[in-house]
Amino acid sequence: MVDAIYSLFGTEGPFLYLTAIVLSILAVVLPLLIAVAFAVYFDRKIWAAVQMRRGPNVVGPFGLLQSFADGLKLFLKETIIPAGANKAIFLIAPMLTFTLALISWAVIPFEARVAIADLNVGILYILAISSLGVYGIIMSGWASNSRYAFLGGLRSAAQMVSYEVSIGFVLVCVLVKVGSLNMTDIVLAQEGGIWNWHFIPYLPVYVIFFISALAETNRPPFDLPEAEAELVAGYQVEYSSMAFALFFLGEYANILLMSAVMAILFLGGWDAPLPILDFIPGWIWLLVKTAFGFWLIAMVKAFVPRYRYDQLMRLGWKVFLPLSLFFVVLYSGLKVAGVPLFS
Amino acid sequence: MDFPVEILPALAFYMFAAITVASGFLVIFAKNPVHSVLWLILAFFSAAGLFVLMGAEFLAMLLVIVYVGAVAVLFLFVVMMLDINFEELREGALDYIPIGALIGLILLAELVTLGSAWVVGEDITRNAAAPMPSVAEVHNTEAIGQILYTDYIYAFQGAGLVLLVAMIGAIVLTHRTRTGVRRQNISAQVSRRPEDAFELVNVKSGEGVSLTPGKKG
Amino acid sequence: MESLLVQYLPILIFLGIAIVLSVIFVGAAVLVAKQAPDDEKLSAYECGFDAFEESRNQFDVRFYLVAILFIIFDLEVAFLFPWAVSLGEIGVYGFWSMMIFLGVLTVGFVYEWKKGALEWE
Repeated sequence: MVDAIYSLFGTEGPFLYLTAIVLSILAVVLPLLIAVAFAVYFDRKIWAAVQMRRGPNVVGPFGLLQSFADGLKLFLKETIIPAGANKAIFLIAPMLTFTLALISWAVIPFEARVAIADLNVGILYILAISSLGVYGIIMSGWASNSRYAFLGGLRSAAQMVSYEVSIGFVLVCVLVKVGSLNMTDIVLAQEGGIWNWHFIPYLPVYVIFFISALAETNRPPFDLPEAEAELVAGYQVEYSSMAFALFFLGEYANILLMSAVMAILFLGGWDAPLPILDFIPGWIWLLVKTAFGFWLIAMVKAFVPRYRYDQLMRLGWKVFLPLSLFFVVLYSGLKVAGVPLFS
Repeated sequence: MDFPVEILPALAFYMFAAITVASGFLVIFAKNPVHSVLWLILAFFSAAGLFVLMGAEFLAMLLVIVYVGAVAVLFLFVVMMLDINFEELREGALDYIPIGALIGLILLAELVTLGSAWVVGEDITRNAAAPMPSVAEVHNTEAIGQILYTDYIYAFQGAGLVLLVAMIGAIVLTHRTRTGVRRQNISAQVSRRPEDAFELVNVKSGEGVSLTPGKKG
Repeated sequence: MESLLVQYLPILIFLGIAIVLSVIFVGAAVLVAKQAPDDEKLSAYECGFDAFEESRNQFDVRFYLVAILFIIFDLEVAFLFPWAVSLGEIGVYGFWSMMIFLGVLTVGFVYEWKKGALEWE
C-alpha cells in the first residue's frame, strides 16, 4: 500500500516515502473513524428495529448524522477529572484504548498485499495488540479511584484474559491449514469463490471465535464490566467529554476490527464469492463481510440476555478452552493425515 | 527506493536501547509501584523493538503477547489490588541498606569473576554461525518450528513439564475451597420438568387449599 | 533485514499518529469546553452519599489464580504458533511431539478442573 502510493509521486526521496506512509495511514484511519460513527448508528438502528422502535431519526436524513451530533456534544462537555483520581493514568487510559484500537488496523489487508504493513507475523501482531487492550480497562478502573470503576475494571480484565486463550487456539486451527502467519496468505489460501472459504470446514471454530470475540470486546451478552444495573457503567463511570468518547470510539473500532478479522479468517477476506463477481474491487467485499460480522454482533446484543459472571467464567474455562483445544488436535490431525479440505 | 535505510537500523537501535535503559531505571526509582509496572511495560516494548531489529519478529511478538499481555497484567493485578501503604513500607527501608549493599557486592564480584574467567569454546562460534537461514528465505517463525519440535524435542517436552509444575503450584498456593457456596447445576436445571415444580389444583370455593406437600387438596 | 525494518516503520509512524490524534481529541475538548469544576462534581460516583471507605481494597485471590492460569495457557498457545506454521514440513513426528506436550498440559487441566480451580461463585 505504501509502495503503491510512493510510486504515484513519480520522483523518489526519503521525505516522499514518509509522506507516502502518512498518506496510507490516513487513508485507513479517516474512513475507519467515519465507519465507526456509522457503526454506532447502525447498532442503534438494528437494536431499535428488533424492538420495533424507530431508533435515531431526527438528526439528518433518517438520523444518519446522529453519531456526529453525539460526538460534537461530547466534545463541548467539560472534562471532569475526579479529585481522588490518579490524573496522569486516568487520562492515559482512554488514549491507550483508542490508540490500540487504531494501530491494530495496520496489518489488515484490503486486497492482496495492500496493507499499511504486510507483516510476516500479521496475525500475531493482532493478537499482541488485542492482548494489550486490557490495560486501558485496568488503568481506568484503578486510576478513577471509584468503587464501581474498580470492580468493573477487575471483572473486565479477568474476562478478557479468559477468552483470549480460546481465541489463540482457534487461530492455531486455521493457521495449521494456511501454514503462514501473514494476513494476506490467510486470504490467499481461500481464494477462488465461496466454496473455498474457511467457514465451511471451520464452522465450529468460527462459532467459538465469534462468541469469544464478543467477550473480548465486552459486547453483550458479556458486557458485565459495564453492567448498568449493578456497576452503573463500570470502568467508564468517572469519564466525561472526549475521554469518554475515546473509550467509545475505541470499543467500536475494536468491534469492527474483530468483524474484519473474522472476515479474513473465515469468510475469504477480499475474495469475491463467485469468480464472475471479481470486477467489484476487493475492499468492497471486505467491507460487506465486515458489515455482515458487525450485523451478527448487533443482533446478538438485541437477542441475548446478559450472562452472570460465574456463567461467563464457566463458559470460557470449562467449555471453550477444552473445546478449542480439541479442535486444534482434530484439525492438525486431519492435516497430517492429508485430508484434502484441511491441508 | 533510495530511502536512507543504512542509517535507520542504527537510529532505531539507539532509540529503543535508550528507552529500554531509561525505563529500566524508572522501574526502580518510581515512587508509585503502579508506575513502576507501567515503566516495565515500556521496557518490554522497546525490547520487542530490539528483537525486530535483529530480525526476530516472532520473538518480538511473543514478548509482547506473553510478557506485556500476560505477565505484566498479573503484576498490575498484584500491585493495584493489594493496596499496601507504600510510604509506610518505605520507612524502614534504610535499615536494609547494609545487607542490600553486601548482596550487591557479592553479585558484582561474581559477575566480574565470570567475565574474566569465561572462555568461549572454539566450536561455539562455528555452531552459532552455521545453521541460521536468512530471514528472507525462511521466516523466523518457521525456522523455529522446523527444529523445536523435532531436533529439540526433549527441551520442548521439558518446557511442557515446567508448565505443568507451574499450573499445579499455582493451584496449590492460591486455591481455597469455600464452603456453603451454592453453585449452578446446569444439567439439573435443564432436566427439571414442570411436574416436579408445580401442580395445578382445582380450588373449590370456601374450602381453600392445604399447603402440606404431597397431600392433594 | 533492512526490508524487515522498512516493514515495521509504518507501524511506528502509525503509533505516533494515533497517539497524537488521541492527545488532540482530549486536549482540544479541554480547551474548547468550559471547565468549571467544583467539589461535588469531582467526588467519586456514589449513590447519593459519600463513600464509606477506600475503593481500592484487598481482592479475591481468585483473580490472581485466573491471571496465573492465563499466563500458562498463553505460553501453551505461544508454543503452538510455530508448530502450526511448520506442521507441513515436520510431519507426523512433529505432530506426535506436540500431542505429548498437549497431553501433559491436559493432565494439569484435568487436575485444575477436579480441584475446582475453574469454579467461580
